[in-house]
Amino acid sequence: MPDVAVLSRIQFAMTIMFHYIFPPLSIGLSLLMAVMEGLYLKTGDRTFERMARFWSSIFAANFAMGVATGVVMGFQFGTNWAGYARFVGDVFGPALAAEGILAFFLESCFLGVLIFGWDRVPPKVHFFSTLMVALGSALSAVLIVAANSWQQTPAGHVIVGSGALAKAQLVDPLAVLFNPSSVARLLHVLPGAYLQAAFAVMAVCAYYVLRRRHQDFARKGFSLGLGLGLASALAMPATGHLQAVVVARTQPAKLAAFEGLYTTRESAPLSLVGFPDDERKELRFSVEVPALLSLLVHGPGGGKVAGLEEFPRADWPPVFLSFQLYHAMIALGMAFIGWMVLSAFMLWRGKLFKSRLLMLGSVAAAAGPYLANQLGWCAAEVGRQPWVVYGALRTQDAASLGVPAGQVLASIVMFGILYLCLFAVWVYVIGTKIENGPDEAVEKNDNGIGEGGKQRLPA
Amino acid sequence: MDLSTFWFCVLGFLLAGYAVLDGYDLGVGILHPIAKTDEERRILMNSIGPLWDGNEVWLVAFGASFFAAFPDAYAAVFSGFYAPFMLLLPALVLRAASLEFRGKRPSLEWRRFWDRAFFGSSALAALLFGVAAGNLVAGVPVDSERLIACGVGELLRPFPLLSGILTLCLFAMHGACYLCLKTEGGLQARCHVWRKRFVLAFMVLFMAALASLAAHEASAASHMRERPFLWAFAAGGVLIAAGALRAARSGRGGRAFAGSCIIVVLTVALFCGLLYPDLAPSSLDEAWSLDAWNSASSQTTLRLMAAIALVGIPLAVAYSIFMHLVFRGKVELDQTSY
Repeated sequence: MPDVAVLSRIQFAMTIMFHYIFPPLSIGLSLLMAVMEGLYLKTGDRTFERMARFWSSIFAANFAMGVATGVVMGFQFGTNWAGYARFVGDVFGPALAAEGILAFFLESCFLGVLIFGWDRVPPKVHFFSTLMVALGSALSAVLIVAANSWQQTPAGHVIVGSGALAKAQLVDPLAVLFNPSSVARLLHVLPGAYLQAAFAVMAVCAYYVLRRRHQDFARKGFSLGLGLGLASALAMPATGHLQAVVVARTQPAKLAAFEGLYTTRESAPLSLVGFPDDERKELRFSVEVPALLSLLVHGPGGGKVAGLEEFPRADWPPVFLSFQLYHAMIALGMAFIGWMVLSAFMLWRGKLFKSRLLMLGSVAAAAGPYLANQLGWCAAEVGRQPWVVYGALRTQDAASLGVPAGQVLASIVMFGILYLCLFAVWVYVIGTKIENGPDEAVEKNDNGIGEGGKQRLPA
Repeated sequence: MDLSTFWFCVLGFLLAGYAVLDGYDLGVGILHPIAKTDEERRILMNSIGPLWDGNEVWLVAFGASFFAAFPDAYAAVFSGFYAPFMLLLPALVLRAASLEFRGKRPSLEWRRFWDRAFFGSSALAALLFGVAAGNLVAGVPVDSERLIACGVGELLRPFPLLSGILTLCLFAMHGACYLCLKTEGGLQARCHVWRKRFVLAFMVLFMAALASLAAHEASAASHMRERPFLWAFAAGGVLIAAGALRAARSGRGGRAFAGSCIIVVLTVALFCGLLYPDLAPSSLDEAWSLDAWNSASSQTTLRLMAAIALVGIPLAVAYSIFMHLVFRGKVELDQTSY
């Protein structure tokens, strides 16, 4: 049987990838719902109210899954990663606790009013609650991204003790919060979340346009999504570039793996595709733009970019995986820009909603940001290996080595089955809500138990 | 008060907040089988519909604060309790799913499945919380590496099991007191009956747990001797339970619920008082116990966290009160209900 650290890595990867299906939509949708509700209060247009109500019911199902799978993450730092918890507790713990105490309470409590309070509180109180939910989810993103960034680019701490008893001790909280990569990462993660929500809103609206249902609702909603989506898609390469520059400075081995650069080069090329081969220490079948990587990292004039040869083999991340994940994410990001610009152009020409092809494409495109957000995080985390805290704690030493491997294997199987089933149910439930449309969420009983429903069920 | 003691108290406060708030909604899950019709089942679920999510955040805040304030104890306890926690987590996930998904299809089989999941996951979660707490009170095999290495069997000793059943009963009682306020008619009458049964069962089990503690668990018993006020907590629990029964008989449901809230707080206070200053008392060698000093974070971290807690926790209390005020009164099913 594989050792406990490997099994715990599999479990953590699986549970966090499943978890991250949900939060980006919550973050982005809470912003869009605030805009919709604000527009309703400002203009009195009932279509915006229907939008806010409809999306709040989708938000509810999404948020519940995010919370439930998020609790699992919080527990796993202790259950599976005792070495990690002891090493980072002093620094990482406060960020996690601040997220719980400052962000989650705000978000979850006002969520109750947002979902269930439409007819119980005055519209302005309801709008306030929507804003608080949006604020809470953004705040939680800030704190958790800062905590993750600290693992990538640790700062504001000292290491005390040695060997198994070594731990990071907090010195400067602000330096932890604003560690070298946290701002750039946040600026990349947030538009990523907004894209996921924008594409989702556009997909649902496009589906209604295709079905010739809820036309006014669908067109206005699509345009709102498109506005947010276009801005976010354009922000992605800029903030991604910002991050790459930080990675080059702080995690050179990771950048070398992302770019498949084995040898240090004065004017390093940027490879668009390729096949990294660790044995031959070269990027095979690559298509390169000469000197572009040096230009991107160092600005005009270029400069040296370190290749993997500079680092001991034991400190290399998995090169092939890092390279492909990173490049797939970028390819998707470029496609998003193309799609958003095309949609915006067609909207301006008044042809968007008449084009079946564009509407069908918009429905299918919803999967894109889900994939891109997963790929981006996988690239960031795989590229950090073999470290869990870069340069300070190896992933191998972070696991709960006392837990029997059999128990971890059993929990992997259990989470695997549970999450697969839940995912199927979640897709079904969201699909039903979309099929039923906005009017059901507003006028009829959300449960399908109206007058007719009662008769269908024996008392 | 030094920062370690302060943080021990904050964790106690968060745990008490969690037990009072999520305690009643776990209790609603445990009582869910008493509903006879689909509408009654919906009323029970919707009695906690807007509230359970905010209530569960107290657990998240407790866990994260535990991690931040006492990382070594957090690492030892969470990895030591691997198996029970890996049952607890799916229970919490399934509970959230059952609340969210049950009402989404009219099919009878669909709803029956989620009804069972809601009951089973609520009962299992309550039981496991109690087993974990019981293990800490009775002592756990913390070794010289400051980790807990023990088999699943060792976690299922008689006292922790009794503590698990006691917790199940405590939350069921608390949930019943809550439901008496939220329901009407025949359903409320059934809640009244179960409230009485669970208050009585709680009193019996509570006293049995105290007796077992005094007789069999040496270190906990010595804490009881050193800290006579713990006996006052215990006696208070029993007396208030008796008072809640009286209030219930004379139709004052609000008082009965207030009583059960106090009982939950006293039980948590007793749990914390039995442990202090330990977070994980070692059953192998007292010197290896993880306490509020030898497992604490640095003073810088504890001070920073104290500032966050002093701002954030009063706000959290305010949000919780606001939510309970907005959704006070009997359950009314409307278009946004589950």
